[in-house]
Amino acid sequence: MIDQIAQIATANLLSPMVLFFALGVAAALAKSDLVIPEAAAKAMALYLMLAIGFKGGVEVAAHGLDARLLGTLLAGAFLSATVPLIGFALLRLTANLSAYDAAAIAAHYGSISIVTFVAASQTLEHMGIPYEGYLVAVAAVMETPAILVALWLASRAAPGQDDVQVQGKNGVLREIALNGSIVLLVGSFFIGAASGKEGMEAVSPFIVDPFQGVLCLFLLDMGLLAGRSLTQGRRSLTPAVLAFGAYMPLLSASFAALFAWLLGLSVGGSALLITLAASASYIAVPAALRLALPQANPAVYLTMSLGVTFPLNLALGIPLYIFIATMFS
Amino acid sequence: MDTYPKKRLEIIVEAPALNRVLNALDQADVSGYTVLPALAGKGSKGPWQREGLVSAAGKMVMIVCILDEELAGKALDSVFDLITHRIGIVTISNVEVVRDKRF
Repeated sequence: MIDQIAQIATANLLSPMVLFFALGVAAALAKSDLVIPEAAAKAMALYLMLAIGFKGGVEVAAHGLDARLLGTLLAGAFLSATVPLIGFALLRLTANLSAYDAAAIAAHYGSISIVTFVAASQTLEHMGIPYEGYLVAVAAVMETPAILVALWLASRAAPGQDDVQVQGKNGVLREIALNGSIVLLVGSFFIGAASGKEGMEAVSPFIVDPFQGVLCLFLLDMGLLAGRSLTQGRRSLTPAVLAFGAYMPLLSASFAALFAWLLGLSVGGSALLITLAASASYIAVPAALRLALPQANPAVYLTMSLGVTFPLNLALGIPLYIFIATMFS
Repeated sequence: MDTYPKKRLEIIVEAPALNRVLNALDQADVSGYTVLPALAGKGSKGPWQREGLVSAAGKMVMIVCILDEELAGKALDSVFDLITHRIGIVTISNVEVVRDKRF
């Protein structure tokens, strides 16, 4: 069993995407002047959303809608809503954090990282393990409930003081639901499902061929951001908060593994659901929380999700989640 | 050449809150403003820079508007609730403009 984990982990650690991420972290820690321009980073993020959404839609068009689809969507929403409750309680018990900071961190761990999802799906494809295409839709569903639960937790802990009440709850909810990354991901999924295999053949030179290269460049940028975030934000993290960044993904992964087993997902599908639950957001949720919960300290939650949990998931988590999926399925 | 005294309201605020601040300025009948991206900086939470960021979180923008004294107070009241808890800087300074009727 240990050999199997070590084999998957070694293959993962030596993959170009993980090595480019490590290069970015090393460059940032060494204070190199290497930077990816903001517009290029944004364009790559849009490209990855479009490509992964489209591929998921094409998969659904090819294999049809699975009876498990609805169950998996509901399981995803449930996980996204309950993980913040557990995370918030654990942070309040173990770390000396304000309700705002605890709620903000909990929201990040309840929501998902689409880049971790992409990296996991690439590892599965490399290993020749198929997965259900609709997991992309599950990823989109898991973005939002965590934010809403975290806002509720924060407003319950400090009633009348959060900006949701000052600025109008409907406006915040609308902006979260219409977040650009979710709109593009879901929109591309439906376009892929509608255009199917023929649509994929038409856009394949754009969506399939450059995908790995763009992902490597994007992960280089993520490595730079993670390294910079660690350099600047490490003073904001106490040992208890740091430990949370390591154990919370494992806790979420355990819940997700149970749901994957109950739903009867394939090995690949289970691995992706577990990865989604274990990942922490660092693109959509930070922006939503700066809008809705400005009292929370961004140095804490961004360093946690981008500087601690993302590298752990990318290097060690993904192989472990694939192994757990193999055991459960 | 004649010049006319005005107030320059400058708001440096987090990018995710930009639309809300602009809406508040619109509601205060501010007739014009300019938005500029902030490239990098350093504050109480340490240094930051825009390069490489994908999310709007972590980016800062600057809003500049030139106003009559009376409207400057109204605009400030309108944006006060929005910016109270946020990372940012608000300043008002005295300036002279050449074309009085534009502001």
